Amino acid sequence: MNARDEILRRIRAGVKDVRRGAPVDVPWRYGQPTPMVDVVGRFVERVEDYKARVERVATPDDVPAMVVTVLADAGVTSVVVPTGVEDTWRQAVAAAGMRVVVDDPPVGKAELNEIGAVVTTASVGVAETGTLVLSHGPGQGRRVLTLLPDVHACVIRADDVVSDVPEAIARLRPAIDERRPLTWISGGSATSDIELARVEGVHGPRTLLVIVVG
Amino acid sequence: MNATTTRVTSRDAARLTPAPPPGLLEDSPVFPIAAKRELANSQLRNNLARATETIRTKRAIRVAEVPRWEDLRTAAEAIKNATLRHLDDYLLQAEANLIKAGAHVHWARDAAQADQIVVDLVKASGVDEIVKVKSMVTQEIEMNEALEAAGVAAWETDLAELIVQLGHDRPSHVLVPAIHRNRAEIRDIFVEEMGRYGTPAPDGLTDDPAELTAAARQHLRDKFLRARTSTSGGNFLVADTGTLVVVESEGNGRMCVTLPDTLISVVGIEKVVPTFEDLEVFMQLLPRSSTGERMNPYTSMWTGVTPGDGPQNVHVVLVDNGRTKALADPIGRQALRCIRCSACMNVCPIYGHVGGHAYGSVYPGPIGIILTPQLRGMSAPVDRSLPYASTLCGACVDVCPVKINFPEVIVHLRHKAADLKKADRRPHMETLVMGVVGWLFGRESRYTWVTTASGLVGRVLKAGLDGRQKFFGWLPWPATRWSQARDLPIPASQPFRRQWKKRSSSPGRTPEGLSSHDRDTEVRP
Ligand code: SF4
Repeated sequence: MNARDEILRRIRAGVKDVRRGAPVDVPWRYGQPTPMVDVVGRFVERVEDYKARVERVATPDDVPAMVVTVLADAGVTSVVVPTGVEDTWRQAVAAAGMRVVVDDPPVGKAELNEIGAVVTTASVGVAETGTLVLSHGPGQGRRVLTLLPDVHACVIRADDVVSDVPEAIARLRPAIDERRPLTWISGGSATSDIELARVEGVHGPRTLLVIVVG
Repeated sequence: MNATTTRVTSRDAARLTPAPPPGLLEDSPVFPIAAKRELANSQLRNNLARATETIRTKRAIRVAEVPRWEDLRTAAEAIKNATLRHLDDYLLQAEANLIKAGAHVHWARDAAQADQIVVDLVKASGVDEIVKVKSMVTQEIEMNEALEAAGVAAWETDLAELIVQLGHDRPSHVLVPAIHRNRAEIRDIFVEEMGRYGTPAPDGLTDDPAELTAAARQHLRDKFLRARTSTSGGNFLVADTGTLVVVESEGNGRMCVTLPDTLISVVGIEKVVPTFEDLEVFMQLLPRSSTGERMNPYTSMWTGVTPGDGPQNVHVVLVDNGRTKALADPIGRQALRCIRCSACMNVCPIYGHVGGHAYGSVYPGPIGIILTPQLRGMSAPVDRSLPYASTLCGACVDVCPVKINFPEVIVHLRHKAADLKKADRRPHMETLVMGVVGWLFGRESRYTWVTTASGLVGRVLKAGLDGRQKFFGWLPWPATRWSQARDLPIPASQPFRRQWKKRSSSPGRTPEGLSSHDRDTEVRP
C-alpha cells in the first residue's frame, strides 16, 4: 500500500468510534465585527503601538506629498514601486530627488536588496490588531518587493480598515479564491529571541510607515 | 547546559553545518534523571524564570483585552475536533486544491520516509544547501541531519534556531528555542562560530541584543539571497483552498517562502483546518497565546504556485509519523488539537524549573509529555517517564487555546505506562506495594489492624522525637528513590476513624446533615 492510502486507512480506522456521532457544533458566528467607536482611530493607535509611524491625510490628493515627507524623513534615497501605484506618487517621489525604480520588468533580488524603500498600497487594515494585509495585486506587487528594502511605506484607504480579524478574513476571501498570496504585516520585523528582549528589525523591513487616506 | 562554543570536534570538520549533540532524543535518560542534571544549572534556572515570567505576563495582558476569549477557545476546540474526525476527507480536499494550484503533494508515513522525500526533492532541485524557516515537524523528523548525511547544508534562519544551531545545541522551547541561553553566551557563540559557516560576526560585537540581532541579519542575508531551495513548516493548511499559513516574527519566514525557486513545506497531517474562515478564530488565538502580541509581525499565506511571484516549484509533504496512532486513542487524540503556541510550557511549574532539555523530546512541557509518548509510542524508557513529569496542577488547562484537558490525558498515559510495566512481567516495587496495600485495605478487619499498627508507630516515634518532627526524611531501601522527592508524614497516633467515633459519640457534637451512611463508611471488597 502506498503511504497515502496507508495514512488514509489508519485515519479511518482510528476515528471509527466518533465518525457516526452527532455532528460537532461549532459555536461561533463567523465574520462578525468587533464593536468599537472609532475603527480608524483604533487602527492608528494600534499600528503606532508597534512603533510604526502613522500619518492621516484627508484626501487622495494629499498622498503624494505625504509619501515624500515620510520617505525623506526616513532618509531614503532610492525607492521601488510595483506597477499599479498611482503615477502622481511616483512623480512626486522622483521630483523630490529620490531614485525611483518601477518593478516592470521585475527587479532582481540583488538590486532590490540595495534599494532603500518600497511604496505600496494595502488591501485591508485590521484595527484591533494594527495589521495591514497585502494581497499582492496591482499597487502591491510581488511579495519580495516589500521584503528586501529596509523601509516600507504603505498607503491604505480608511474605507479598507475593518474592526478585527473576522471582518478582515471575510474581505480577503475573494483574493484567496483567486489564489493570491497574502502577507499580514503588524509593525516592523521583530524578535524576542534573546532573553525575551524585543528587538525591532531582523530580516524584514526595519521601518514601517503608514499613510491612512480619508 | 554548559557553554559548548569551543567544542569543535574532528567530526565537525567533515560536516557542512555545526554538529548537534550526539545521540538520539529517544535514547535520552528518563525524565527524573535528566531533570536532576538540568536543575544543577543555576544559570539555566535564572534565564528560564525571567523569560517565562515575562512571557506569561504579556500573554495575560493581551488575553484580557479580548472579551470573547473563552468563546474563541471553545470554537477552536470544536473546529479541531470536527476536523480530526473527518481528517481523511479534509486532507484529500487540501490535496486536490493544492494540486489545482500547481503544487506537488507527497505523503509520508514516518520520519524516515519524510526525510527521504525532502532529500530527493532538494537533490532534484540541484542544490547543496537550503535555508529553512523554523518548524517543529522538521525537528521531529530530524530533517537537518538527514540532509547533512546527503551532503546538503540546511541553514536555520530563525534567530533562536540560529543560536541553537551555531551553539551545537538543541532547542529547549517551542517558541523561543534559545530561552536557556543568555546574551553573553550568545555573543560568544556568534563570535566563535559565524565565520566558520558564512559571514563572520562583526568585530567588537557586544552582548547587546540589538547588536546580536544585527549580526544575525548580516550573517543570514547572503544565505537568503543565494538560496534556490528552502523548506518551511505550516501553522495551518486550509482544506477548502489549499492555502498554507506560516506565522512568524522576524521575516525569515517570508524570506524562505518568497525568495527561492523551490519551496518544500513539511506539514503534520493534523495541521489542516476546513475553511479559510476558520483562520479568523486561530489568528486571534495564536499570537496572543504565543508571544503575547495582538498580532505577530508577519504572516504569510500562499496557495500553491503564484505565477511570477515567489517559488515556482512548490511541494507539500504531509507527515503522519505517529499522528494516526494518537488519533486512534479516544482520550489521547485531543493532543492533536495543539497549535504549538507554547503557552502551556510558559505556565508549567515543572518546565519553569527544568527547562526543555530535560524532556528528551522536541516538544517539551505539558504538550510534550502528552504528545511525544503518543507519537513515538511508549517503548523507550524516556517516553514512559514523560507522563509523570507533571504535578497535575492544571495551569496548562487554563491557558491552552484549544482547551486540551491535560490531566485527563496525563492520567490516561500513566495508566498505559503502568500497564506496560505489568506486561513486562518483571516484579516492580510499585506494583508489589500497591498489591499489598490493596489486600490490606480490602477488608475492614485488616484495615483496622493497619491503622492501629500505624497509630502505634506514630505514638512511639512522636514520643522519641519530642513531637517536633512531622515528616520522615530519607527512607532506606526499597523506598529510597521514592523518598527522594517526597515527604512521608509520621503517622497520626490516633487513626482518624477512632478520633471521629470519639467526637461523634460525645453529646452535641454529631455533625449536622450527615447521614448514617456517611458516618459508617465501610471499605468493601
Ligand atoms: S497544548 Fe495548547 S497551550 Fe500547549 S502549545 Fe499546544 S495549543 Fe499551546
